[in-house]
Amino acid sequence: MAGVADLLEGKKVCICAGSGGVGKTTTSAAIAAGMAARGKKVAVLTIDPAKRLADSLGLPELGNVERRVDTTALENGGGEGSDELWAMMLDAKATFDEVIAKHAPDEETRDRILENRIYKQLSNALAGSQEYMAMERLFELHQEDRYDLLVLDTPPTRNALDFLDAPRRLTQFIEGRSLQVFMRPTGLGMKLFGRGTSMMFSILRRLTGVDLLEDISEFFQAFSGMVGGFQERAKRVNELLADRHTAFLVVCGPQGEPIEEAVYFHRKLVEAKLPFEGVVVNKVHFESEYEIAPEEDVVGELIEALGDVDLGTRAAASLADHRALARRDRRNIERLRAELRARPVIQVPYLDEDVHDLPGLMEINRYLFATEPERELLAASR
Amino acid sequence: MMELLDKRLLFVTGKGGVGKSTVALALGLAASERGMRTIVCEVGLQEHASRVFRRAEVGFHEVEMRENLWTISIDPDRALREYLTIQAPVRAMGEMVSRSRVFTYLTAATPGLKELLTIGKIWELAQLDRKVRKARKYDLVLVDAPATGHGIGFMQTPRTFASIARVGPIHAQAEAIGAFITDAKQTGAAIVSLPEEMAVNESELLERELTEEVGVAVDRVYMNGMYPERISDDEAERLRGVSDSVEGGARSAVRAALSERRRATAHRAQLARLEELVRTPVETLPFIFEPQLGVAGLERLAAEVA
Repeated sequence: MAGVADLLEGKKVCICAGSGGVGKTTTSAAIAAGMAARGKKVAVLTIDPAKRLADSLGLPELGNVERRVDTTALENGGGEGSDELWAMMLDAKATFDEVIAKHAPDEETRDRILENRIYKQLSNALAGSQEYMAMERLFELHQEDRYDLLVLDTPPTRNALDFLDAPRRLTQFIEGRSLQVFMRPTGLGMKLFGRGTSMMFSILRRLTGVDLLEDISEFFQAFSGMVGGFQERAKRVNELLADRHTAFLVVCGPQGEPIEEAVYFHRKLVEAKLPFEGVVVNKVHFESEYEIAPEEDVVGELIEALGDVDLGTRAAASLADHRALARRDRRNIERLRAELRARPVIQVPYLDEDVHDLPGLMEINRYLFATEPERELLAASR
Repeated sequence: MMELLDKRLLFVTGKGGVGKSTVALALGLAASERGMRTIVCEVGLQEHASRVFRRAEVGFHEVEMRENLWTISIDPDRALREYLTIQAPVRAMGEMVSRSRVFTYLTAATPGLKELLTIGKIWELAQLDRKVRKARKYDLVLVDAPATGHGIGFMQTPRTFASIARVGPIHAQAEAIGAFITDAKQTGAAIVSLPEEMAVNESELLERELTEEVGVAVDRVYMNGMYPERISDDEAERLRGVSDSVEGGARSAVRAALSERRRATAHRAQLARLEELVRTPVETLPFIFEPQLGVAGLERLAAEVA
């Protein structure tokens, strides 16, 4: 089956999705570096990568603009005359402020929103705002059309689905008609919610305190003129996600829970009619790495070769442990394959060393960009 | 160790995929085995505990998994309803309000309210004088906290709310919760890390943010998933010496042992980095070679966390 380059043939956007702690940032960076090495002009948008990965990509701490990655280190590292690789670390708060500035009808409205305490909370803390801003920045870069391929590393949400929901949730919040009604508990509000409402509002006021209500109310008033712009924008972001030039790759680990999450995520993508292209499973223990001949007396052979009963036994124990993990990984991946039917599962082995620099990324790419039989051979000959 | 379990409330935090849920449960098991009434709280509709103990989902109920060990999965909507029934002067009034659409909108839309309600319920569980009528008193409340990123925000909500709502009951409530979680005698945090570059970096950042920005005492850092040092350098050399002369499974075994050795060495290097970077004492937890962590593996870890 195909490698990443085949999956991304003719694609302009690649979105790497998955739960936290599965190597999503590394995979995104590796895909971007690999595609650049194949002559594309690529930008990877990443959120909070490990410092050393950021360093190796030449990224400063934060900053909302793309920077060119120095790929000269790759000349001997497997790069085939690497082309342009750019990287950007997303600053969600700054992006949100820019979006407000763009949509605000005038400077006064803009400042009122940027200064509002609810907004400050919202832009920093509201679950989903980081996700939304990642989409926003992706959309903008796509509009500018300066790259052959954009690779997005989605934020580490606990629930992998959060980010798909983010644009909808955020526009719903900003739309907030229901809340505007609730801010003015007379007229329409009374009609909508019926009798008993005034008592409810008095309870509400007692519970929340008047200040909070005033802040919320002011926030919605300031925002009311911008609702249309936001909705339109969200609609276009959704169109980009569903476009046939977009590819979703799900990244996961080989353990039970990450696999279940990948299965679930795949279902949701298909349900939402989004272009799902395949799954990357990181840190796999390949069975081909730990093969035993039928009826083989491993401990006996080791003891004989080493002349050491104790060491031979320990080495055999290590093999047994790794074989158990490899069996687990195979079973989990079979389960995943059954679910995905024809879509590819790309397995990357559990490398002996942590990956956090460009040569490390190229090591991963040997697997990501190989065909399946090649991957098995590579893993077995490690 | 006793100091850690002496707290009333303990947050188990860390980046995604480091094994927070497992460590929280192992700590819960260790405490319950000491005769402490312990509850492990999961958030964001997680159901890790019921799965490990092969039980039906617990939901928003305090369910006993073992003697002295309970778990609950905190749903903010349910927490809000409970809060209203407790707060409202008349029970029926609270129920009516909680069923109304306005409230659904309010909770869905107010930034941070879900987190505040979740942390409010955790706080309520940790009180000796519980607000829920006829409720059980716990000696220790353990929280399987959301992955960092959102994690710091989660623990900061009481303080942010106290400042957004400058007066009124929400303000007072948020203040009380904030005071409790920043009281080092009552509340602590354990950070879970992995012997990997990114996880170690994030643990350092997390320790700094928890102590300096949230004001929560960090009592312990766990380095989880440490590979065993099954063979020495000298033995690795001898294994390398025979790798070309053996075949089949014996060769696979040499390779497995050597690769395990390289990882174990890398893990020790990351452990040294972690110990260098954080101020809190670091404890190590072994990698459990089990296809799926079950109660037996959990018991092994429970013996190690304590």
